[in-house]
Amino acid sequence: MILRGKVWVLGDHINTDVIIPAKYKFRTGDFSELAKHVFEDLDPTLASKISKGDSIIAGRTFGMGSSREHAPRVIKEAGISAIVACSFARIFFRNSINVGLPVIEVRDVNKYFKEGDIAIVDLEKGIVKNETTGVELNFSPYPEFIMNIMKAGGLAAYRKGIR
Amino acid sequence: MGETIIQKLFRNRLGRPVKPGEIVVVDIDLAYAHDGTGPLAIDAFNELGSSKVYDSSRIRFVIDHASPSPNEGASNLQLKLRKFARENGIRVYEVGEGICHQVIPENESLKPGMVIVGADSHTVTLGAFSLFATGIGSTDFAEVMTSGKLWFKVPEAMKVSLTGSLKPGVMSKDLILRIIGDVGADGATYMSVEFQGDGVKSLSMASRMTVCNMVVEMGAKNGIFPLDEVTLKNVDASNLKDKSIFKPDENAYYAMSLSYRLDELEPVVAVPHNVDNVKPVKELEGLEINQVFIGSCTNGREEDFEIAARILSKKGVKKGVRCIAIPASRRVFLNLLRNGIIDKLVSAGCTVTHSTCGPCLGVHFGILGSGEVAVSTSNRNFKGRMGNPESSIYLASPATAAASAAEGVITDPRKFIGG
Ligand code: SF4
Repeated sequence: MILRGKVWVLGDHINTDVIIPAKYKFRTGDFSELAKHVFEDLDPTLASKISKGDSIIAGRTFGMGSSREHAPRVIKEAGISAIVACSFARIFFRNSINVGLPVIEVRDVNKYFKEGDIAIVDLEKGIVKNETTGVELNFSPYPEFIMNIMKAGGLAAYRKGIR
Repeated sequence: MGETIIQKLFRNRLGRPVKPGEIVVVDIDLAYAHDGTGPLAIDAFNELGSSKVYDSSRIRFVIDHASPSPNEGASNLQLKLRKFARENGIRVYEVGEGICHQVIPENESLKPGMVIVGADSHTVTLGAFSLFATGIGSTDFAEVMTSGKLWFKVPEAMKVSLTGSLKPGVMSKDLILRIIGDVGADGATYMSVEFQGDGVKSLSMASRMTVCNMVVEMGAKNGIFPLDEVTLKNVDASNLKDKSIFKPDENAYYAMSLSYRLDELEPVVAVPHNVDNVKPVKELEGLEINQVFIGSCTNGREEDFEIAARILSKKGVKKGVRCIAIPASRRVFLNLLRNGIIDKLVSAGCTVTHSTCGPCLGVHFGILGSGEVAVSTSNRNFKGRMGNPESSIYLASPATAAASAAEGVITDPRKFIGG
């Protein structure tokens, strides 16, 4: 699985309230509607600027806070193909895998990207490359059972495939 | 090498020793979701292609987040939850019964060593009862409804040793805020935070719940207290042969160790917009506030309102400040009604409502205006958490919150109590 896209660089501690404020999830369960509000409290214009296939580069503890699975689902719905961060919050990481959103931990990754650079992520080889600058960073690839979920596009799709 | 509490718990469960990092699959004894996460778990259940709930006697739903519903969207999501529950024989705790992390321990028979998951990050609260409890997402919840099982990575552990006892006006909230401030928002990521030492016995069940509630704010997977006399009054340990299994070995491996003398702690607050931005109340005294919220799954129990009432009976809520007090469950509410605490709070000028998450997550009740400042006894001060990204939230103990409500500015509670 190789993903290529333009990057948005976000800071440390991007929490689930910033990803999708709780008030919206109590109004609707429609993800195309919710995706319009992704990262709204961080930058109200960001949702409209994200194009399909873009990636996020972020700092420490991305996704900290609530267990709401709305968070990775909304990010995926908004068109983001992968998140590469210095570290992730535990529940967000697990939820992202379940919904088939690639989340990759790479130390200091935010030092090597700026907004608009092109990132290439090779999930099997464990490489994140900044195509714009040529820098290559490594990570340890997912164990096989997670890779299979990722390839299927999430736990639900994976289950259907093996049934 | 000896074992940590969490290693012992999983060994007890699986009948074999486990190592940190190892992936284990375990039966889930109890799983609960609420109106915020339950509807999505039902979608995920359908997406998984599941048709039947594996064992509905181990599943609970709690309608506590937008409760009673503030709008049509929330009402329809709740309908979906009720319908699924009816069709699958799942027990629902309804509007007004209380916040999930409070109603579950009040109503369900908790046993030490249990494995409990909740579709809410603050499920870690239940670790106070010497069991493993952690938060999961909606797809994992759907998986539990489908198979009754879930995989976990056995976590590394952090040891927090406590000695002595808290001084008057200082609460267990000050302890956990202090720990989070010391290690940072990612200081315990993926870890089991294990509380030990002589000081543990001085903490009530409610105080321990406050502490465990917030371990997730430093990234932990779970928090756990050892089994002692205080726990034994609150759990069913009748089937437990060996009570020592919830004490760690002397030579257990801990990835990190901290120790605190409870007597030395002082009231602290978490300053916006991060929970680990912790400062002594003394440094912030005099900062003007608009609203105080006493409640939530962190600090909505009897002892929390008792101390608030003690302070607010000396001096009522300052004119111009709104003080909202919300018991964490109907049972807490009734106890407070019967012992006269509610009377004291209302007389002092508090707005007291039925049990709900309410202001904690900014869905309804007490949404802040732009530029407003709140002191809250809840667990998160993230930007926009109370419904408005232009407002600021200071997290504090109920004592500090009440003292601040009385003065209209952030105030050290020891001005009113002891100290
Ligand atoms: S009181 Fe707040 S933190 Fe606790 S369960 Fe409700 S919304 Fe979550």
